Amino acid sequence: MTALLRLAGVTAFYGAIQALKGVDLEVNEGEIVTLIGANGAGKSTLMMTICGTPRARNGRIEYDGQDITALPTHTIMRRGLAQSPEGRRVFPRMTVHENLLMGAHGSASSASGAAMAQVLALFPRLGERLGQRGGTLSGGEQQMLAIGRALMSRPRLLLLDEPSLGLAPLVVRQIFGAIRELNRSTGLTVLLVEQNAYQALRLAHRGYVLVNGAITMSGSGAELLARPEIRAAYLEGGH
Amino acid sequence: MSTARPTLVAAMTDAALSALVALGLFCVLIGLRLVPTDSGLTLHTRPRPLVLTVLAVFAGRLLLRLWQRARPAGAPTPRLVAEGVTRAGRLVGPVFLILALTLPLYTGRYGIDVGILVLTYVMLGWGLNIVVGLAGLLDLGYVAFYAVGAYSYALISTTFHLGFWTSLPVAGLLAACWGVMLGFPVLRLRGDYLAIVTLAFGEIIRVVLINWTSFTGGPNGISDIPRPTLFGLKFNGSGDPDTFAAFFHLDYSVTQRFVFLYYVILGLALLTNWVSLRLRRLPLGRAWEALREDEIACRALGINVVTTKLTAFAMGAMFGGFAGAFFATRQGFVSPESFTFIESALVLSIVVLGGLGSQLGVALAALVMIGGSELFRDLAEYRMLIFGLALVVMMVLRPRGLVSGRTPSIALGARREIAAELVAQGRG
Repeated sequence: MTALLRLAGVTAFYGAIQALKGVDLEVNEGEIVTLIGANGAGKSTLMMTICGTPRARNGRIEYDGQDITALPTHTIMRRGLAQSPEGRRVFPRMTVHENLLMGAHGSASSASGAAMAQVLALFPRLGERLGQRGGTLSGGEQQMLAIGRALMSRPRLLLLDEPSLGLAPLVVRQIFGAIRELNRSTGLTVLLVEQNAYQALRLAHRGYVLVNGAITMSGSGAELLARPEIRAAYLEGGH
Repeated sequence: MSTARPTLVAAMTDAALSALVALGLFCVLIGLRLVPTDSGLTLHTRPRPLVLTVLAVFAGRLLLRLWQRARPAGAPTPRLVAEGVTRAGRLVGPVFLILALTLPLYTGRYGIDVGILVLTYVMLGWGLNIVVGLAGLLDLGYVAFYAVGAYSYALISTTFHLGFWTSLPVAGLLAACWGVMLGFPVLRLRGDYLAIVTLAFGEIIRVVLINWTSFTGGPNGISDIPRPTLFGLKFNGSGDPDTFAAFFHLDYSVTQRFVFLYYVILGLALLTNWVSLRLRRLPLGRAWEALREDEIACRALGINVVTTKLTAFAMGAMFGGFAGAFFATRQGFVSPESFTFIESALVLSIVVLGGLGSQLGVALAALVMIGGSELFRDLAEYRMLIFGLALVVMMVLRPRGLVSGRTPSIALGARREIAAELVAQGRG
């Protein structure tokens, strides 16, 4: 298997505060990889650094064998990466349809039509809500919209930042089910950032644990789930 | 009906309190008057206007309270009424367009003059609406682009003797360049900070215009700016064969020039409207709106935030520049005095009052604010009072502007409500 995304010694700063302390991480083609960690561990920062804001100060980020460390954000996103950002961030006053079209920004309309059909097949609920404003959707629907919007650019690698945030367990299972289904049927590679470690590790092929801006553990999902220190830190009473 | 009496009592108490506050406020302001006499100033009391004002406040407050009671907040409007309003609302635009197109037929020179003024502000409002309403970039220095357009045309026409129609695109282009120049340093700013920098930018342009005497004529401005022509036909009474009146064998009247100017600004305003409406349906316009909604989400979707912001600034500035060039050719004279901060504030309040992003709302607001203040010209100093009162009432009744709803940029068929049902049935 070849690595679609490879991070080597990546550091990132917010002013003087070091948020990432030399992260090494690999995501292979067709894999679901999850990054778990506590609040403030730097999970979202890592996600944003891959996309170029904030920029990595040291280290190297490779996508599809090419160095993307210094590229501007919008160029990176055009290369087949898509991100569903933390907190969903749907456009509240725009309709679901418009929200989805924003995800296809810059791609041909024929391609976006096919992508739209695919997204609506994955989340039929969005099809029922096409004319409704993004801000009036429920939390789960907004999450579906955020993922659908990211999929509109037909990415090879989907970066998902905390899709389970603030959602009922049933909805979380639905969304994780959709991710698994997407990965199985289209071979989409997924990097999933989660606090909900139990669900994430069950879904993912492999996982990394981020503590204070550094990777402390990695392994297959089942392996990590079985580790006592993981159970103690992230799972006790947490699911 | 059992609650009617307490409601009335509460409303009366509330109104009485308001009247008391009014009494405190106005007892000196209205109740007293200094009258110059031979021995200096003497203090006269004016009980009558004071009592009338306080009574007016009492009555107004009472009516407001009763009206609010009669229509509790959040109560749904009856379906028939709502449908009627929607249907009537759809007619407002076309009716106003027809009224605007036929205005010279039913008004005289004064009416046309007011029409020109109103349309200039409609155009400025629509131009600023791109920046503020669509892209969500609060611009307090819009008058800068108006000034750049006006001075561009004034300088080009008096220096190179180019006509209005040749200079107009150049003026727009130059204004757009200034829009980009302003855009670059403020790319990372938002909200209040952006507003302050744009405010300063507007002032800088004005100060440069005043002080760069050798280039702009300083406070004296530039005069003898040529008037626009209709395919080379001039509007004057000289009787030459290349004048409009002589060419069409008409008797010369100064109204002809005003009618022509009126249609020029109407055309320019409609162009602005058409371009904004078109752009809204294109990915670029949608990106502007997305930027207004959530900049971080835009970045996450790979939208180039820099070019999106700069195009919004450039597009808005270009239409400001067009309006400026028109202003210069209408007046025949430009000076820095015409481009003060109050102009920016006026255009911005038109956009905000009209409802951010709404084309029709902006046009209505310009009509009310500019046309309305013309209407009350006889009232002299009370004009600003009425104006202020109208603003307060508006912000209380419709805090999101006259037309606050947002029309989706893409329709799912003829009727949206129905379209959603079709989708639910699997036919969408």
